Amino acid sequence: MKVKLHIWRQNGPNDKGKMVDYNLDNVSSDMSFLEMLDILNEDLILKGEEPVVFEHDCREGICGSCGLVINGKPHGPESGTTTCQLHMRKFKDGDDIFVEPFRSKAFSIVKDLMVDRSAYDRIQQSGGFISANVGSAPDANAIPIAKNIADLAMDAAACIGCGACAAACPNGSAMLFVAAKSSQLNLLPQGQPEKNKRVRAMINQMEKEGFGGCSNYYECEAACPKNISVRFIAKMNRDYFVAVVKEGTKV
Amino acid sequence: MKLDGKVPSGPIEKRWSKYIADLKPVNPANKRKFKVIVIGTGLAGGAAAATLAELGYNVHAFTYHDSPRRAHSIAAQGGINAAKNYQNDADSVWRLFYDTVKGGDFRSRESNVYRLAEVSANIIDQSVSQGVPFAREYGGYLANRSFGGALVSRTFYARGQTGQQLLLGVYSALNRQISLGKVTMHNRKEMLDVVIVDGRAVGVVVRDLLTGKMESHYGDAVVLATGGYANTYFLSTNAQHCNVTATYRAYKKGAFFANPCFTQIHPTCIPVSGEHQSKLTLMSESLRNDGRIWVPKATNDKRNPNDIPESERDYYLERMYPSYGNLAPRDISSRAAKRVCDEGRGVNATGNAVYLDFSDAIQRLGQQVIADRYGNLFEMYERITGVDPYNNPMMIYPALHYTMGGLWVDYNLMSNIEGLFVLGEANFSDHGANRLGASALMQGLSDGYFVLPNTINSYFGKGKPQTISTDHPEFKKSEVEANERINKLIAINGKETPTHFHRRLGKIMWDHVGMARNEQGLKLAIEKIRELREEFWQNLKIVGTASNINPVIEKANRVADFMEFAELLAYDALERDESCGAHFREEHQTEEGEAKRNDADFSFVSAWEYKGIGERPDMHKEELNFEFIHLAERSYK
Ligand SMILES: Cc1cc2nc3c(=O)[nH]c(=O)nc-3n(C[C@H](O)[C@H](O)[C@H](O)COP(=O)(O)OP(=O)(O)OC[C@H]3O[C@@H](n4cnc5c(N)ncnc54)[C@H](O)[C@@H]3O)c2cc1C
Ligand code: FES
Repeated sequence: MKVKLHIWRQNGPNDKGKMVDYNLDNVSSDMSFLEMLDILNEDLILKGEEPVVFEHDCREGICGSCGLVINGKPHGPESGTTTCQLHMRKFKDGDDIFVEPFRSKAFSIVKDLMVDRSAYDRIQQSGGFISANVGSAPDANAIPIAKNIADLAMDAAACIGCGACAAACPNGSAMLFVAAKSSQLNLLPQGQPEKNKRVRAMINQMEKEGFGGCSNYYECEAACPKNISVRFIAKMNRDYFVAVVKEGTKV
Repeated sequence: MKLDGKVPSGPIEKRWSKYIADLKPVNPANKRKFKVIVIGTGLAGGAAAATLAELGYNVHAFTYHDSPRRAHSIAAQGGINAAKNYQNDADSVWRLFYDTVKGGDFRSRESNVYRLAEVSANIIDQSVSQGVPFAREYGGYLANRSFGGALVSRTFYARGQTGQQLLLGVYSALNRQISLGKVTMHNRKEMLDVVIVDGRAVGVVVRDLLTGKMESHYGDAVVLATGGYANTYFLSTNAQHCNVTATYRAYKKGAFFANPCFTQIHPTCIPVSGEHQSKLTLMSESLRNDGRIWVPKATNDKRNPNDIPESERDYYLERMYPSYGNLAPRDISSRAAKRVCDEGRGVNATGNAVYLDFSDAIQRLGQQVIADRYGNLFEMYERITGVDPYNNPMMIYPALHYTMGGLWVDYNLMSNIEGLFVLGEANFSDHGANRLGASALMQGLSDGYFVLPNTINSYFGKGKPQTISTDHPEFKKSEVEANERINKLIAINGKETPTHFHRRLGKIMWDHVGMARNEQGLKLAIEKIRELREEFWQNLKIVGTASNINPVIEKANRVADFMEFAELLAYDALERDESCGAHFREEHQTEEGEAKRNDADFSFVSAWEYKGIGERPDMHKEELNFEFIHLAERSYK
């Protein structure tokens, strides 16, 4: 099949950037979206032009590296699917395809379609952990955890840190990410001792990074390739409320 | 030169505890003065960095990713083994030890494997305490499943994302130490050289991938945890950026590379669909618990699989290996698939695929149970192939997956270079000639959480190594060389891309150094690799500059190392004139086509010493002694 690509090109954080058009004639429907971009890039290199820079690694939908806005949607048209798992059979011969980076106030553009998502790391560093040194752990079966709680924690833990939620949100909010990360630990018995501190610290850091607040657009849930539920945002808000009542807002 | 594995003596179950008891702890007040460089923040490196920081060492960790959470460990699906015996099915440290040595076809070091089995249980405790959400039963206790090569149920899992959940545990421990200022994290930095002064590893040279600048970093010890080299074959289940550069450059600096020819092929991957293919996707081996593998009995049978009656199907694993059936170990299952496809009974347009069929299990257990167990894998399969596996059998074919070989290390996980430690998939230890499923995660975490923190103490217990300034000529020399090589690559100004050469290298490797190998093919491979390497250095094309982020340069730099490393791999395969584990030499097989080991002549680890590009490396042998497990034919019948 043939496709007409319109791709965001930007040489660095300070470059203005623009959409550039490319035609591809030899696309197979079995290709993944990124394999289609590989073909474009191979052609560009042979022509002596710089290839389109985008992040990717596992190509299995789990590392969270890839992330493109395809036809206006983070990770493209197929729900519950990362960019790398999207296949060309979801497009038609002759389609126009618009490819842009994940844009959000807290993600600056590194080059072309690659953005800096280190803000997510810093949110995690602020409190997204259980302080358990190696050597201090009791037997793994010492604390039974009800299956429904363990399953719910697992639902939250499925987040791959790709940034689609913040890119999809009209406010540029990272609430879904922070909710998933804090809820996973706050749900589990092991996470209780630091529960209040964790949620306050993470929300505080999120605000510092320049992410916006949540006003219930739910675009994040629709864009999430792992189908993380916005119910975790409600849970985080409850956790936060309790924590503030108990400990105040100062971290 | 005699290679000393520095294995302690005494009863095997006492060796590790005695080692720890005999340690001279480093004074806590002094620990901060010891600077440790950790390259790689996957399960092995991340766990090591976090744990060393908990102990008080000054840790600097490096990864080429934008975040430690993206390391290739994240992709592991199936599970992690541990001898917990929670299922009361007679599992024990001894049994895990035995299974691993046998699974490795008696080409690993007993003492290391025993230690691995011994600490395996602690890994599960540690991970649970970090909040890793392993699967649980209704009673609230941890669930287990069985995996290839074992008759007990000792595998812990977190849906199909065990690697991601364990890595997130590691990453959270690492984050905590970063926030405490005890780990300095260097993201998007690629190590290009180990610096050695007076025989000791004193630091590294890394390239900042955003600016192209070279940096030197001193360390009292250098730890490599940089993963495996399956991408030498171009198509593999590994992530796109996995490469051999870190360990290969250490090899060029004198570290011995052990057993490079022990490369594992995974039996259950989605088959190749065309030339555009950039990677192969693994379907977790856990699927073999409920899926039955078959091909048509007749050759060239093009019927829809659902139209082929039971009597015309050959469930070849169940037929050939009645006791293990579909759970036969990876190498055995992979070769069996190749054999039936070579007979012309393969399916798919290419003829290079076999069926993995769930219809029996769905009938027996119901679709819901299967969906609970493998739902996300089924979805992934459908997304990639466009075929619904609840109503059609999956198609699978073996693919390169894991590399047992790696830098040679002793019992301390130290290479033959003083102060250079190697962990995880990057070292050669523990898995011998074949790794059992769910044992790599176990090894990476064992090395990182439990082994290195003790063995590095043993090393530092001798006193603080002398600090070497990064102005030392050896640092400068490494920086200059690393820069010069990149300039040389750019200067070629030829006509083909790095990926073009990588793909061709992969084809040579798969055709001649793949699932089945023979002398003639291996010699041919070495010739072809040399020719291709020459062509690479004459006809490579790079665009863009070295002073901005440039994936073409990154790739070319890595492919250049694969081009040299591939030759070493082929040499090792040629030299190992026996079949064992995943290394199958066609000259050495039983009448039924099983691998025929030769213990009299090959019960050793081959450790290769670099002698120059295109020169034959020297082989050193570490003889393997089996004091506790009786060497036996590895039968899964
Ligand atoms: C698809 C798949 C599924 C798997 N499933 C399982 C399973 O179910 N159970 C199991 O036990 N095992 C499984 N494995 C194997 C297992 O995941 C790996 O062997 C293991 O995770 C490797 O961990 P590691 O820490 O050694 O290396 P990795 O996780 O590969 O980490 C390597 C690190 O080194 C860094 N690095 C590398 N080179 C450099 C350099 N030059 N400079 C700077 N940084 C560098 C990388 O950025 C990364 O941080 C699977 C493997 C694959 C491919
Ligand atoms: S490349 Fe890893 S999630 Fe897409």
